[in-house]
Amino acid sequence: MLYTLCFILFAVGLFAVSTQKNIIKIIMGIEIMDLAVNLFLVMSGYRADGRTPILTREVSRPEWLAAAVDPFPQAMVLTSIVIGLGVLALLLVLALRLYGRYGTYDITKMRKLRG
Amino acid sequence: MSEIVRTVTRWIFAFIATYGVYLVAYGHLTPGGGFAGGVMLASGYVLLVLSRGAKEAEKSLGLRPAKALDSVGALLFLAIAVLGLVLGQGFFENFIQKSTPGEPLEILNAGIIPLCNIAIALKVMTSLFVVFVVMASVRFAGSGEELEYTSEEE
Amino acid sequence: MTSYLTFLLVFMIIAALAAVTMEDLLSAVISLGALGFAASIVFLMLKAPDVEIVKRIVEVLVLVLLVRATIRRDVETVSGTRDTFGMIAAAVLILLMSVFVIKVVGSLPEVGDSAMARNADAPSNHYLDKSLEETGAGNAVTGVLLDYRGYDTLGEATVLFAAVLGAVTLLRKRARRLPAGRAES
Repeated sequence: MLYTLCFILFAVGLFAVSTQKNIIKIIMGIEIMDLAVNLFLVMSGYRADGRTPILTREVSRPEWLAAAVDPFPQAMVLTSIVIGLGVLALLLVLALRLYGRYGTYDITKMRKLRG
Repeated sequence: MSEIVRTVTRWIFAFIATYGVYLVAYGHLTPGGGFAGGVMLASGYVLLVLSRGAKEAEKSLGLRPAKALDSVGALLFLAIAVLGLVLGQGFFENFIQKSTPGEPLEILNAGIIPLCNIAIALKVMTSLFVVFVVMASVRFAGSGEELEYTSEEE
Repeated sequence: MTSYLTFLLVFMIIAALAAVTMEDLLSAVISLGALGFAASIVFLMLKAPDVEIVKRIVEVLVLVLLVRATIRRDVETVSGTRDTFGMIAAAVLILLMSVFVIKVVGSLPEVGDSAMARNADAPSNHYLDKSLEETGAGNAVTGVLLDYRGYDTLGEATVLFAAVLGAVTLLRKRARRLPAGRAES
């Protein structure tokens, strides 16, 4: 059920990318898709009644090992979030340059491709 | 921005920087790490850009030193990885931990991990600083098509 | 626990729909901010504090960037969707994709029944078990990120470098001249 909700979030983002006219809405759709995928990955590593995968002095080792949440998807999602920020910065710079060239954010008016 | 905002953000920047350095330094013991500390430090600089404008915030670090530090961070990370190869153990091997392990759960433990955290934090902080300062200094003038365009980057 | 997660995910879907369909760009950006912070709460409930710290701060930076791009004194509001044929085609394709994906996702195990609990030789069991001895890090996520999977972090640093380089180069004021006199922009 929760995975299905994650996918519905992804579908909302995909709908925004494929049907909106404003380029900023398209960029927001890309961010929503990014978030949905990261959420799915972290959710796949959760363990029922889990503990954080950080070993401290107060925690007894066997009980931590039996209940700790998967650290592997968390590490991958961490890098993915920071890369998402870099990609968003690049996309917004593109949008700004397009605004300077055409005077609008409307993608149906950007038709002057030059070779 | 008003004088109150400018003064208070200068003090808050010190707290943000301390918290960011703490996240980087204790990355192998508590939640945090290089990425969390790096974006935290970058958000301190973004606070400066928002309260003082791009021109004054650029003076706090400078675009050229920031780009140089960016490359230094990336090369430092790569150098640590290659050093593992050179010392005969394998690319990106934790050679400090293998040869001289510290006490577990102390701060001077974990081999190359704190050094890699510092390199990553340096890289992320300066990259995001450069992007935000340059984007904040873009100005458009005129209207219609082909707007007049100025920016900080030459 | 699952009920809290379900409630938060439904809230996120409503916020995403609001962000996509609102006409005023600033309101849409604010809805996107609500989406991101709800995601931070979900990450905390899924016991992922490292991810939550990074997501929260990145969300604030994303909001600053988006507000920078949308606040303008004289831009006219562009809203609405593309032509009708494009909309119908997109809706049909998304429905088709949903049918397949929901069939696959329905056969996944429930949330809370992770793969590492079923297979004893999953790598995550080894990472949790030996992280303190082999890497010296108490934080298993940092140990995975910088020792067991350090190569991926190197790749991430490269991708971030390339993205920021591209963004800053695109914002140059004028083209640079090569020595032979040809312009390079």
